[in-house]
Amino acid sequence: MRFIITLMAAAAATLPAQVTWDRLLHADREPQNWLTYSGTMASQRYSLLDQITPANAKNLELKWVFQARSLEKFETTPLVIDGIMYLTEAPNHIYAVDAKTGRSFWDYQYNPSKDARVCCGSVNRGLAVLGDTLFMGAIDGHLMALDAKSGRVLWNIEVGDPKLGYSITHAPLVVKDKVLVGVAGGEYGIRGFIAAFDAKTGKEDWKFYTVAGPEDPKAQATWAKDSWQHGGAPAWLTGSYDPDLNLVYWGTGNPGPDWNGDDRDGDNLYSDSAVALDADTGKIKWHFQFTPHDEYDYDAVQIPVLVDGEWNGTPRKMMLWANRNGFYYVLDRQTGKFLTGSAYAKVTWATGLDEAGRPMRAPNMSPTKEGTLIYPNLFGATNWYSPSYSPRTHLFYVPSWQESNMNMAKIPVQYAPGQRYTGGLPRGQNTRRGNRNTPDESQAYGAVVAIDPKTGKHQWEFKMSDVTNSGVLTTATDLLFVGGKEGYFYALNAKDGSLLWKSILGGSVESGPMTYRVDGKQYVTISAGHTMFTFGLKE
Amino acid sequence: MMDASMLNLKPIALDIVCWSMLFALGGSMLVSVGLAQTQVETGQQLYRANCFACHGPDGDQVNGVNLRSGQFRHATTDDDLAHIIDNGIPGTGMPPTAMPEASRRALVAYLRSLHAATGTSTAVAGDAAHGQTIFEGKGGCLGCHRVGEKGSHTGPGLNGIGGRPADYLQKSILDPNETVAPQNRYVRAVKRDGTVVIGRRLNEDTHTIQLIDDKERLVSLDKSQLRELTIQKTSPMPSYQGKLSAQEVADLVAYLQTLR
Repeated sequence: MRFIITLMAAAAATLPAQVTWDRLLHADREPQNWLTYSGTMASQRYSLLDQITPANAKNLELKWVFQARSLEKFETTPLVIDGIMYLTEAPNHIYAVDAKTGRSFWDYQYNPSKDARVCCGSVNRGLAVLGDTLFMGAIDGHLMALDAKSGRVLWNIEVGDPKLGYSITHAPLVVKDKVLVGVAGGEYGIRGFIAAFDAKTGKEDWKFYTVAGPEDPKAQATWAKDSWQHGGAPAWLTGSYDPDLNLVYWGTGNPGPDWNGDDRDGDNLYSDSAVALDADTGKIKWHFQFTPHDEYDYDAVQIPVLVDGEWNGTPRKMMLWANRNGFYYVLDRQTGKFLTGSAYAKVTWATGLDEAGRPMRAPNMSPTKEGTLIYPNLFGATNWYSPSYSPRTHLFYVPSWQESNMNMAKIPVQYAPGQRYTGGLPRGQNTRRGNRNTPDESQAYGAVVAIDPKTGKHQWEFKMSDVTNSGVLTTATDLLFVGGKEGYFYALNAKDGSLLWKSILGGSVESGPMTYRVDGKQYVTISAGHTMFTFGLKE
Repeated sequence: MMDASMLNLKPIALDIVCWSMLFALGGSMLVSVGLAQTQVETGQQLYRANCFACHGPDGDQVNGVNLRSGQFRHATTDDDLAHIIDNGIPGTGMPPTAMPEASRRALVAYLRSLHAATGTSTAVAGDAAHGQTIFEGKGGCLGCHRVGEKGSHTGPGLNGIGGRPADYLQKSILDPNETVAPQNRYVRAVKRDGTVVIGRRLNEDTHTIQLIDDKERLVSLDKSQLRELTIQKTSPMPSYQGKLSAQEVADLVAYLQTLR
């Protein structure tokens, strides 16, 4: 009887704190939680947690493991909200687990349509949350909302037609009362876009086409004839948000066909760009195009890292961007103005950047029928892997591929709905394949480069024998966590790149590390292979 | 006539856990290959091996789906059901499952038998609209249960409960202890510091237990840190015997039957 009374009385008691927009906006006030894909709206992937330090990092030990049944790449960054971890197993299977032990509360497996088309793996990079609702994008172009306490689907809408190649692979971004996603499918001749949906109902609020069309005639003119109709420019990674400017920042992907620019003369806006959109209307405020008329597949699909600092002695709202094309950039995020930039890896398709940040194209570097040797390769000097900025060291940490090249041949291509529309063939690359490596100087290698954004100088480099698809996490104790393709997971000193601790995880790290605290203990989580590992200090 | 080849379960991935459950559940299960059995009995074995994990022992463990109801959102005929087993339902959590045609037919026969076994209407005809008023008002049901986006997560959700037979629904209201399902058992835990945690069990293993507590929080407990742990076999749901009239109960049942 006492039990029943307690239960009934409790029903009238206050419910636990929901994840309000205010909490998301000020995520840095609760470093014990990880409320959004990149940690905060500024996307620095920097944590204020300070229990794990360079002095005690050698005492890190494995605390628990989550084994996925899926054999797809494990790209998720989990959320942790008040002791509950929410993760996605590829492609679209959500688990709510106890963040201390990994034991499951509930799971929901969404079965994507057989029409789903992906270019590069049936993957998912994570969830977003608002209130008690989780949001997930699916590889069949659907977006859905789920009850965080039970996994029950609240709404499920089609954002893009999977038969035409539209899909969603990134963690959505919640801004105020809306959930924002971009579409993948740049290899399928889609017309890319970023859209905002009402978080309660799933109703579309606004849509911004990343391939300019009749609604934007000046930019549409950067596409020859009707090439804009299948212009690609996908937006397949989570953006960032500045609440003072009320701007949403997003990176856009390559124009299509990827390696054959013959039928799309012009700069091809807004492909390979950083776009700044009004968060309420989706209208474009400014854009900065990193690679006009791209013929190399250099998606500017990177996390926009927002940094407030000084530029030439005056306060400046900046954006740091290490691009797939081999150049890093510092932009004014209020206006899009180029402040500085230079190569951080070997680049041969361009000789440098002009004063406006536009690349100066090298002669004879377009893909040809016979093949052209180009640095960096199609995967880029970096890719979607999360960089990190530390406000303590003032360094920009980029997981990069160094000395990568490709021999890219151009082939003729015709658009057909739902078919690959890339127009090229990489005839060779200098990255490794296989279970054993015999590295030599001709091959690409991975490196975390610590860039001083003001000068472009590499303060230090942590080299790896094989490349890396891992994100980077930094913390308030000057720790840096990163992994690599060889399956190592490292703790480095963020000040000088020295190795403090490593673990052999046995599979390629294909996600970004995150950190959280529960019951006074700090944990670090990373996925490698098909398993998610959580580490903490030995007791 | 069924023969041993009909029991060819090799194409189906048999989960060891499911087989353990099969033994644990006892009943009239024929486990040895080669014995003649009806199509429905074969289907029941296939259900336990392939469907149980998500759909539960009573076919209603997936939100919004009740395999006993005889009504399916994506199927009408036996062929439709067989198609779903084979192909799954894209856009949902229902995956495809490969099995021989004969096995698929046996499974469909079993599903049909579930509905045939359900009861008929109660003696008194109910008014569903009035039932909703009772549910949301006098009955206080939203205090523990959730329907759509209303109510509490502390008790089992009632979306999809409508496929249950009317006599079962009535019994749940008048004598909840009789109908409480094992997966909905309640837990009372006392931590070392004396804090009491009560909630509905979601998951349990050798060392830990996960529940949703009376404040709708997902809670995980380390058993070694508990002074006491009791899994209640009785239901915390009060009986409405004597609190609602026969007509009110019938109205409530009628409302619950609309929740599909």
